[in-house]
Amino acid sequence: MDTRNTWDKWPDENGRFGEFGGRYVAETLMPLIHDLEKEYNAAKADPEFETLYRGLMQDYVGRPSAMYFAERLTEHFDGAKIYFKRDELNHTGSHKVNNCLGQVLLALRMGKTRIIAETGAGQHGVATATICARFGLPCTVFMGATDVERQKPNVFRMKLLGAEIVPVSSGTGTLKDAMNEALRDWVTNVHDTFYVIGTAAGPHPYPQLVRDFQSVIGREAKAQILEREGRLPDAVMACIGGGSNAIGLFHPFLEDEGVRLIGVEAEGSGIETGEHAAALNGGEPGILHGNRTYLLQDDDGQIIDAHSISAGLDYPGIGPEHSFLKDTGRAQYLTCTDKEALEAFQLCTKLEGIIPALEPAHAIARVGDVAKELGKDGLIIMNLCGRGDKDVFSVAEHLGIDIA
Amino acid sequence: MPISRISAAFEKAESHNRAAFVAYMMCGDPDLDTSFEAMKALADNGADVIELGAPFTDPMADGPAIQKAALRSLANGTKLADVLSTAKRFRETNQDTPIIIMGYANPIHKMGYAEFARAASEAGVDGVITVDLPPEEDEELRLGLAEVDLAVIRLATPTTTDDRMKIVADGSSGFVYYVSVAGITGSGTGAQTDIQAGVDRAKNASGLPVAVGFGVKTPEQAAEFSRLANGVVVGSAIVEEVRLAIEAGAPEDAPKRMGALVKSLAGAIATGRS
Ligand SMILES: Cc1ncc(COP(=O)(O)O)c(C=O)c1O
Repeated sequence: MDTRNTWDKWPDENGRFGEFGGRYVAETLMPLIHDLEKEYNAAKADPEFETLYRGLMQDYVGRPSAMYFAERLTEHFDGAKIYFKRDELNHTGSHKVNNCLGQVLLALRMGKTRIIAETGAGQHGVATATICARFGLPCTVFMGATDVERQKPNVFRMKLLGAEIVPVSSGTGTLKDAMNEALRDWVTNVHDTFYVIGTAAGPHPYPQLVRDFQSVIGREAKAQILEREGRLPDAVMACIGGGSNAIGLFHPFLEDEGVRLIGVEAEGSGIETGEHAAALNGGEPGILHGNRTYLLQDDDGQIIDAHSISAGLDYPGIGPEHSFLKDTGRAQYLTCTDKEALEAFQLCTKLEGIIPALEPAHAIARVGDVAKELGKDGLIIMNLCGRGDKDVFSVAEHLGIDIA
Repeated sequence: MPISRISAAFEKAESHNRAAFVAYMMCGDPDLDTSFEAMKALADNGADVIELGAPFTDPMADGPAIQKAALRSLANGTKLADVLSTAKRFRETNQDTPIIIMGYANPIHKMGYAEFARAASEAGVDGVITVDLPPEEDEELRLGLAEVDLAVIRLATPTTTDDRMKIVADGSSGFVYYVSVAGITGSGTGAQTDIQAGVDRAKNASGLPVAVGFGVKTPEQAAEFSRLANGVVVGSAIVEEVRLAIEAGAPEDAPKRMGALVKSLAGAIATGRS
């Protein structure tokens, strides 16, 4: 199926989605990101690259991921039919691997011999460490010290996979600080190092290439739902950290105007408390980490730390294409609090026998509302982008249960 | 006036057959009054140009020394407008020493590029370096600054190819800041021959004076760098004096300590070429 569409003209040649995106990096990195763009365009046009990527996506990652009718959740909400796109069944347990595999293959193509990555929940770090193990590449993962603490299982996993973990204690020790540190490493080691960015953000061409690698989610989902239901869904939904799993699901549906695109941001303790991670709903356009996009910032343009129960959503920015989709009105962005996410986490586990990661638990909470709004004739696909094994310890803690 | 104030500073240094000394400090660290005193101390002890750092929460191109200085400044509530008012206070006491604001895009973007340019001009600032606005992204700021004759000082680095050097040069004014090494502030320096080649490429492409920085800490290094370029930039080492003053329990001594370091660096630069 050809899913190329007019929205594909974004980003433009300056790396912009409307007024968002761009290349806001230090001069040291500029030649590199121009190189990366050139190399990425060459790789896209190279059938050998495509064959290699597809083969590993099938045999190593385990694609296509299943499309599952969540029957009991559908009954529970008593509204639209709910399908889960099961990206949590991928090797390493989340959608992150779709992107890591693509980027590491690009790195190899460019002759780079060392991989660095930032990680929040640790899913991107685990996926990167995994692909690096597969190709025998040294891998360094920058992770906020706070996140190292709350995502211990993933930290151990990465170490088993041979990655070096660098805890970052500057700032609040979360994802944005890890990203700053990764950028600092990159400027220092430009000659041999490839930076595998974990979400659809950063300087051009990252938002584009991450989107392209993640779009496999939406392409598969579209084919699968047409086969199962004989029609397109009324809404596709995903949680939003930096926005990679959401843009991967949304992008192949952009032209299908009857399909609502709904992202769910982490509202932490509530937007009104100021302790949240909802850049689109509670932020303003600004410049951080290489792109112009919605950001949590104060009146003086200083970045405000994000807050979320979910380490993977705990980021004050958002990929630039989402900022564009919000401003153009093509996509809609809802929010979900920590408390609601915890409830949805438990609900999904009990009703469907699927322990979701806390990140997609945010989307599950809003799926209930949208299902009711659409009614029984409605059809929703939600990306279940990660499994919750990594979160059981911190969920136990939040529920006041001692399992240690 | 502003751009010519920068040119005059480089010309004056060159007329004494020495490099210009560009001294960086973080505004608001430890507080604004002390920063005002520190600016005077820098100028009085031989700094030819002052780079006044505007703090940012996420300084991606800076090493630990300047990162921490920025956080100390922000903890004191320093705003971009405060940086400009500190510059203005200094300008009222000193009409010769150019002031360059050095920072990151977002606080300026938030204020508005044109508004910032106007306010900076009013404060007696002479030029601006924005680390994360490469030539491809600095048009709005550049146009704003051109209106008020302020310099756009761009960075050139060891990774800047010859083709890019033209892009960097086209639109640069005041001087070009050559980063001696691919890395963050406060890290080591590159090999001398490489630096010389990079500086020459920047000079040829731009026709402007070139100052070289990143990693210069000691008077010996400053002397060495002064032979390679029209200017030498020192930042982290000066900023570290503030930390030492704070740790010694006497933050008010920061200007004196910074002045002493600047004096020794300026001395080394003064005789560096002879
Ligand atoms: C399972 C899972 N979902 C979602 C996210 C958020 O990232 P994005 O918005 O890029 O999909 C993460 C990030 O770590 C994650 O681990």
